[in-house]
Amino acid sequence: MAQHQVNYASAAGLPIALTTVDHLVNWGRSNSLWPLTYGLACCAIEMMASGASRYDFDRLGTIFRASPRQADVMVLAGTLSKKHAEFARRLYDQMAEPKWVISMGSCANTGGMFNTYATVQGVDRIIPVDIYLPGCAPRPETLQYAMMMLQKKIRRESADMKKNTKQRIV
Amino acid sequence: MRKYTPKDNVQKKAYYTDRFWVAPRVPTSDVEAGSHYAKVVETVSKYTTVTNSRIEIGQLVVQIEAKDNFTVIKALRDECGYAMCSEISAVDYLAQDGEFEVFYQLLNLNEAKRMRVVCRIGENEAVESIVPLFKSANFAEREMFDMFGIKANNHPFLKRILMPDDWVGHPLRKTYPLHGDEAAAWYEVDKIFGKEYRDIVGPENRDQSRVDRYDSQRFARVGYEVPFGAEIDPENEQKTPIEYSTTFMTDYNAGSTQLKKRK
Repeated sequence: MAQHQVNYASAAGLPIALTTVDHLVNWGRSNSLWPLTYGLACCAIEMMASGASRYDFDRLGTIFRASPRQADVMVLAGTLSKKHAEFARRLYDQMAEPKWVISMGSCANTGGMFNTYATVQGVDRIIPVDIYLPGCAPRPETLQYAMMMLQKKIRRESADMKKNTKQRIV
Repeated sequence: MRKYTPKDNVQKKAYYTDRFWVAPRVPTSDVEAGSHYAKVVETVSKYTTVTNSRIEIGQLVVQIEAKDNFTVIKALRDECGYAMCSEISAVDYLAQDGEFEVFYQLLNLNEAKRMRVVCRIGENEAVESIVPLFKSANFAEREMFDMFGIKANNHPFLKRILMPDDWVGHPLRKTYPLHGDEAAAWYEVDKIFGKEYRDIVGPENRDQSRVDRYDSQRFARVGYEVPFGAEIDPENEQKTPIEYSTTFMTDYNAGSTQLKKRK
């Protein structure tokens, strides 16, 4: 039988766990990262695969949300065209703080192979990015790993939102 | 004989271009007398002056006067059975001839024949819209306007279809730079943040192979590792020895242990 009961004897006989506010808040934040369902191009297929049963994002507490108001993470999955840049930024602005951005794939990172007039040459020109995923397209494992790295990053951060303000682009 | 040019520096350019290369042309032939296409040319010449008619890859190409495009295509639809317009677009010959070539690709479903009506117009000229004849012309002519700036008169809704409405220039013209003009390069910055943010965001990096070894945020420094975002002094860089995993690396030159055992 599994040992699931707390052994009070090992914690000096007290049912107390000590932590910091930062740690507690970040524990909550990092374990319920809700990304925005926002596929731009073929990387979105890999993002969908990550969310589906084989790779199963749910076990990381990552549940895709269809509204920016409910989302914490924006996964920019694919080529961002200049026509669409305005709307990507609007969706980012609609997300509630604290929010994080994952740039998924070469196109989102640097424009990738679309070295043309109509493609944004890296989404960090319009949105501050936390994690850049290499690949064309990155496999679901890569996105999963990025989510785990983002969780690590969040756990290191201060829970105070003022300190989390992105420095590059307001 | 061609002049010899050293080829060892071709990597300096992204791709090698032969100065003497001539684009291959599709072989053309005359329209056979008595064929279906001969009748089509006859019908077309009733309505306009046919400047050129030829067969390319089994398809008829008829060059007509641009002002007669509507009547000619109407006649082709009603009299020759070309009931479908599969594509309308243009080719930029401005540098070569000072003209655009507008083409209409038509399909006859009963005879399983395709033909192309071609007409030449100047840079500031317009063609008559054929939306009353073919519904498919609506989006095709909008795209032609968007990409080349060729207007279609009496079009119900002539507005850009691919590029945003406030885009400057027409991207499929040969004079349009591949990486975009200034308005294109700053489009998203100007639109989202305003022009004063150009300095903050900075210009686009169009060099795909750019490596900045002093940028420790974006580039790995193999053999000269520093913490993320650290400032690097070019004068005294610390070389870090590379650590190889002993379990991961396999020595393939050592020979097979299995074979040794058998011996």
